[in-house]
Amino acid sequence: MPIPERRDGFPGTRGAVGAPVVRKDAAAKVLGEARYVDDLVYPGMLYGATVRTRAAGGTIERIEFGPGFDWSSFVVVAAADIPGVNATRMIEQDQPVLACDRFRHAGEPVLLLAHPDRGLLQEALAAVTVHESPNPAPVFSIDDALALRGEVCPGNVFRDYLMSRGDLAAGEAAAEVVFEGRFETGAQEHVYIEPQGMIAHVDAGGVLVVEGSMQCPYYVLDTLTAVTGRDAGAVRVVHCTTGGGFGGKEEYPSHIAAHAALLSLKAGGRPVKLVYDRAEDMLATPKRHPSRTLVRIGARRDGRLSFLDMDFALDGGAYTTLSPVVLSRGVIHAPGPYACANARVRGRAVATNHPPNGAFRGFGAPQSIFAIEQAMDGLARQLGMTPLELRRVNMLRPGDRSVPGQLIDDTTDFDAVLEQALRESDYLARQEAFAASNAANAAAGRPLRKGIGLATFHHGAGFTGNGEVVLASEARVRANAEGRVQVVASSSEMGQGNTTTLCQVVAGALGLPLDWVTQAPVDTHDVPDSGPTVASRTCMIVGLIVEQAARGLRAELIGKAGLPATAADEHAFAAACARYLDAHPRLEAQARYEPPANVAWDETVFEGSPYASYAWATYVAEVDIDLTTCEVALSGFTAVQEVGRVVNPVIAAGQVEGGVVQGIGFALFEKVVRDGNGAMANNRMTNYIIPTTADVPPVRVFFQEQPGGTGPSGAKGLGELPMDGPGPAILSAVNFALGTRIACLPVLPEDVLAALQAAPAPEVA
Amino acid sequence: MNFARTLEFTLNGRVLSGADGSIASPSMRLLDLLRLQAGQTGTKEGCGEGECGACAVLVDGEVVNSCLVPVGQLHGRTVMSIEGLPRTDPLLEAFARAGATQCGICTPGMILAARALLDRQPDPSLDEVREALAGNLCRCTGYARIYAAVLDAATVRGGDA
Repeated sequence: MPIPERRDGFPGTRGAVGAPVVRKDAAAKVLGEARYVDDLVYPGMLYGATVRTRAAGGTIERIEFGPGFDWSSFVVVAAADIPGVNATRMIEQDQPVLACDRFRHAGEPVLLLAHPDRGLLQEALAAVTVHESPNPAPVFSIDDALALRGEVCPGNVFRDYLMSRGDLAAGEAAAEVVFEGRFETGAQEHVYIEPQGMIAHVDAGGVLVVEGSMQCPYYVLDTLTAVTGRDAGAVRVVHCTTGGGFGGKEEYPSHIAAHAALLSLKAGGRPVKLVYDRAEDMLATPKRHPSRTLVRIGARRDGRLSFLDMDFALDGGAYTTLSPVVLSRGVIHAPGPYACANARVRGRAVATNHPPNGAFRGFGAPQSIFAIEQAMDGLARQLGMTPLELRRVNMLRPGDRSVPGQLIDDTTDFDAVLEQALRESDYLARQEAFAASNAANAAAGRPLRKGIGLATFHHGAGFTGNGEVVLASEARVRANAEGRVQVVASSSEMGQGNTTTLCQVVAGALGLPLDWVTQAPVDTHDVPDSGPTVASRTCMIVGLIVEQAARGLRAELIGKAGLPATAADEHAFAAACARYLDAHPRLEAQARYEPPANVAWDETVFEGSPYASYAWATYVAEVDIDLTTCEVALSGFTAVQEVGRVVNPVIAAGQVEGGVVQGIGFALFEKVVRDGNGAMANNRMTNYIIPTTADVPPVRVFFQEQPGGTGPSGAKGLGELPMDGPGPAILSAVNFALGTRIACLPVLPEDVLAALQAAPAPEVA
Repeated sequence: MNFARTLEFTLNGRVLSGADGSIASPSMRLLDLLRLQAGQTGTKEGCGEGECGACAVLVDGEVVNSCLVPVGQLHGRTVMSIEGLPRTDPLLEAFARAGATQCGICTPGMILAARALLDRQPDPSLDEVREALAGNLCRCTGYARIYAAVLDAATVRGGDA
């Protein structure tokens, strides 16, 4: 049975940073033994269900329980049953756990039911009617919200940021060529393959235990204490194996946890399982924010940017959720990796009557990067330059300051990333060959066109600005008398591999084989708050904390248990642990994140150095387009990125490949269609289409490891970067192939058709 | 009624039957029988309508989505879920080594779809792998490492898989 024997890596692997060790959770997952929340069953367990609003806001008049059911056999929870605060705890506390009286969107939870018989529960759910007085003038677009055609909340704007540098008027006066454009991106659903769910019960000691699928156990705890009125000692949040997150399990799990907890508390502590089916998951949970960006960008004849003016707006949906921080990341990334002395980016998170949008891999950056990259292509066209030439002129280089104000230091060689991408994709030769074949096909009336496009971008890792200072994340490392070590952190594995990479960091710091180090189960009664598992921060920031804790543990053993300071193998380590634990009750060390000195951010004027490290990338997309069917097929994709030290090459490549394919979906397949109430109409995998194996050739991934990463051994955050590039690169390839000016994502065949009809003689670029 | 009584099929080497109560109802979804009745939770529910493949199992060696199969259709057939796959199957190690599993929720179905492919085409091309797995959605990996794992497992001969 080779798999279990290799559960913790290859024999003899020291497990340190850089080793391509097998994931620690691989064996359980390939064997089907990993236990997800829906796999858990408890004696006496009830199933929960949620009654939701239908209209796009309005007032709840009354709730009617239909005939034919013994309603006394159901556990029923309404807003009046909430012992504490009726709001999830996020940036604002404006989103009710259960709506009563006024509500703002379709799909808002109103009432909870639980019953031991799942079939009966579904029938009963259909027999509950929420009588609503609907909002007569719901707001469904950013433009309508900003024009105050209907009111969601006063002013319809959750946040309004301005990042302004230099002298915009002077920059405009100096511009010899100006490009203006409007760019839009749609909502995107996460489609983690495991739908969301939680189980709540009250244990024999009276503690409310909530376990489930989530990224951020301490966010869930925060909401549960507020909603139940219990203190953190009386609430325990336990992370189950989580089947994908991508940001989608950042904020909404707090709602489901609160719902399951309220049902269980009302049921006398009996276990209640609340697991969504796919349709409910897609209907109720947040999406990537739709965006619209107005760009004016000007340059001198030589291509040097003289000004940049962007108006960036996100559809936040009906409640604040995380929109302000999604917005700030989007604003900061909006100018792209280009130098421009005179720049203004205004960002607004706008309220609409859509269900709230929220965190999704990239977190606002994919939307604004899409806009700047497309605008750079448009400006290049107007200058008579190629997109590549314009980027080469303006790319941030050591000594430059980015628009937000970060000094680019000499660890960054973005040119090397760009040049490798051009080489690996054979960009220039293909561009020429595709133009020639398109001309030949056009002349011969053959309906095939080929396109190639590139995007250059960077992504800052960790919480924006002072976020990491505020978080002050903590983690521990502990050892037993056999020298076996546990990483004790709230960082939650959802597939991205942190259980393995954090253990690699600690094994490396302690000189131990990887199978001597494991991550402790994530349980808020055991692990400290290491911050949420988001923002490409786990490996880089929590990795640094656990590395520090490991060093502290080692120092303790050297100082108090005779561990030799050099050349100690695992046996010497185990012996020292045993000696230490003879004299002390436990052996552990804790560390807290200390941000590097270069991060200083003034949120009021949006100026400074917002991130400790940036990863840099150039992506090249190639497409084949059939003019008869208007289908766009991805024929090649090259992703070159600089991410500092690669902690695990297999896991890192998997992050890039997976992120790129989500980006391909964002660009070519995934369209959220709304019904008349603003709810997702195609809330099924049948008609919300994500890329399949048939759509995706192998993505070619290359890493550069330049110094300058602020994570363990010089690592940088990686997980979100690959979401930023595919959208603009693919659209550039499409526009290259067709000679069109499509400016919105996703690009479905009907959009290609419309663009071709608008420009009836497709010319070759 | 009678049909329910006489219904029987083999799951992972064990005979289940309506007569002894190991099949509760012919209208039950195979997925629910596996997860709720047999307690074999390696088969996952991702969509409940046959789109995602997380619930894929082999019925007489063919990949089917168990969310779409009432057990009444299985009389006389042989069903294999991930729990029934021999632990020596080279796909298991190949998936682990290649990094073909991330969150893991699609993995059992994906491995079974790959097993069905390798049983009928032991030496598949990349295009054949892509075609064979097109009914199994993965949102984490971007599929590249899954392709690599299947091609890698195809080169491993012998064993008792």
